[in-house]
Amino acid sequence: MQHVSPVREPLVTSGKTYHDVTQDICYQVEAAPNVRWMGALAVALVLLGVFFYSVYRTLWYGIGEWGLNKTIGWAWDITNFVWWVGIGHAGTLISAVLLLFRQKWRSSINRAAEAMTIFAVICAAMFPVLHMGRPWLAFYVFPLQNTLGSLWANFNSPLLWDVFAISTYFTVSLVFWYTGLVPDFATIRDRAKGKIAKVSYSLLSFGWTGSAKHWSRYETVSLILAGVSTPLVLSVHTIVSMDFATSVVPGWHTTIFPPYFVAGAIFSGFAMVLTLMLITRVVFKLEDYITLEHIALMNKIMMTTGSIVGVAYITEFFIAWYSQVEYEQYCFINRATGPYWWAYASMMTCNVITPQLVWFRRVRYSILLTFILSIIVNIGMWFERFVIIVSSLHRDYLPSSWAMFSPTSIDVGVYVGTIGLFFTLFLLFAKFFPVINMAEVKTILKYTVNDGPTYGGTNDGSQSASRRNSPTPYSTPGVPASAPVNYDKHD
Amino acid sequence: MTKRFALGIFEDEDVLLHAIDNVRGAGVKIYDVFSPYPVHGIDDALGIERSRLPIAAFFYGLCGLSFALWMQIYMLGFDWPMIIGGKPNIALPAFIPVSFELTVFFTCHGMVITFYTISKLYPRIKTPVLDARSTDDKFVVAIELDETSSQLPKLTQLLRENGASEVNQKEMTKF
Repeated sequence: MQHVSPVREPLVTSGKTYHDVTQDICYQVEAAPNVRWMGALAVALVLLGVFFYSVYRTLWYGIGEWGLNKTIGWAWDITNFVWWVGIGHAGTLISAVLLLFRQKWRSSINRAAEAMTIFAVICAAMFPVLHMGRPWLAFYVFPLQNTLGSLWANFNSPLLWDVFAISTYFTVSLVFWYTGLVPDFATIRDRAKGKIAKVSYSLLSFGWTGSAKHWSRYETVSLILAGVSTPLVLSVHTIVSMDFATSVVPGWHTTIFPPYFVAGAIFSGFAMVLTLMLITRVVFKLEDYITLEHIALMNKIMMTTGSIVGVAYITEFFIAWYSQVEYEQYCFINRATGPYWWAYASMMTCNVITPQLVWFRRVRYSILLTFILSIIVNIGMWFERFVIIVSSLHRDYLPSSWAMFSPTSIDVGVYVGTIGLFFTLFLLFAKFFPVINMAEVKTILKYTVNDGPTYGGTNDGSQSASRRNSPTPYSTPGVPASAPVNYDKHD
Repeated sequence: MTKRFALGIFEDEDVLLHAIDNVRGAGVKIYDVFSPYPVHGIDDALGIERSRLPIAAFFYGLCGLSFALWMQIYMLGFDWPMIIGGKPNIALPAFIPVSFELTVFFTCHGMVITFYTISKLYPRIKTPVLDARSTDDKFVVAIELDETSSQLPKLTQLLRENGASEVNQKEMTKF
């Protein structure tokens, strides 16, 4: 009753049964927290403390605590905002775009990637809100009637578009993620022994029973959500890029920004997914679900989008020259050779050159190298935003206003602090929520090979070949061997 | 109200689908099937009609789009017109992003709220489950029995013949 593909690698290794999947994934939720998890949480909480301290300083003394000056009014804050939003994009790409493309391998990574999206957007939202200086007036961004009369929000402003884009993106991602979680919460609920666990997961599971009618609607809802999330995710970073592209600052005023930002977002997002997944699979022993094949596939997406970003960098340079606008030309030459050359060089090395190593199979399938690579890409993408924002602003039309930016400890504190916030949220998620979508993994289980060994460090052809040649048919205890199967009718 | 059910427990989706065909073919009405994951083809087998949620989603989206356009045109065009960057008061191209976002917002939330409402899914302290294993690894076919459960022996045989690994009887007061 098992479909064994002669060409494709199995999506779940070690011949797991449905019950094994439940067991393996619920284990983390049910067992006492392990030492590595507690250690990681402790580090994250320390960083979260840094976040609260820096936010307190920013709010109490104002944004003068940051290193901004008259020339450079946007620096680390918006860099971090764009960086975090970009990271979030991979989650939606995995859950929505890969669903539409029927990439079944997404099943075991989509839950964690979507969680990453939500937490990254929370971190991102901190920056514009803090930058307002008076965050308690943040509701001013919404088109609410003013006490003095009907002065509304300005719908011509890309910053307002951002408000709508980010809030839609956040709420839609949250709902998409939660709807996917409901059946898995039901699984945990039905296994729960303790009273508190039983009641909490019953509340969380919304009374899900797995009825055929519900599943049918659930699938429809997932499909439509994927369908609307796909243009949504593209629109979000497009609108973020319009914060820059609709201005007249040299280096920002370019039509290539929307596609270039979207590619960059997916690029950095996949790097973050890889970083998180490589840690999660080891800490929670999920090597059979997040296999080397998954890592290689994500590496390929990372390399493809990285190359698109590389082409965009070169195109920008070319267009600056081709435009014959001296300000544009100066901006790009200044980026590469001016006082911020080191940021530009870091960006080029990390984003354009290093991902090309993924062409080598050895790199693609190596856990250690992939981990290092993903960190490098994360750093590179941070530098990309820094280069775009700071190097464009620091020298524009008026040489008398040229300036340099140096971050204060509070700038660093808020940034590092959001990393703490992100990991605190992610670790709590990983402990209390099923980190892999059990229901979806169960649907792809029949595509696996039963007796195959878990992928070790090597992935040579001989091993795969032997595995392909000896598939043992899937046998379920209790089902008579002659149980009728009707393949023709039910595909 | 107490309801009685005969529960046929299956271990495999293909066996299940075949059994559903045969059980329905024998003229037995299936109350519901519970499975740990969405089984493809079960809609046809059970005769579940295609969900009309996509149609609802389309109309929610239409509402969102109209609301967004109305809001922007009314606010900037009529209620408090302002000249911004020398552009017309009703600058439609600049209204595209917000209109798009609100369309998505309404589509998504409207559809999801409808889904939870019509499926009667809401947070509850205790969930009535016929067989707790159906969220783990078993496929459960529930057939409603009458007061006396007189059909049980016949149903047991029918389900067994079609590959059920167990057949149980269960009463449920709150459903």
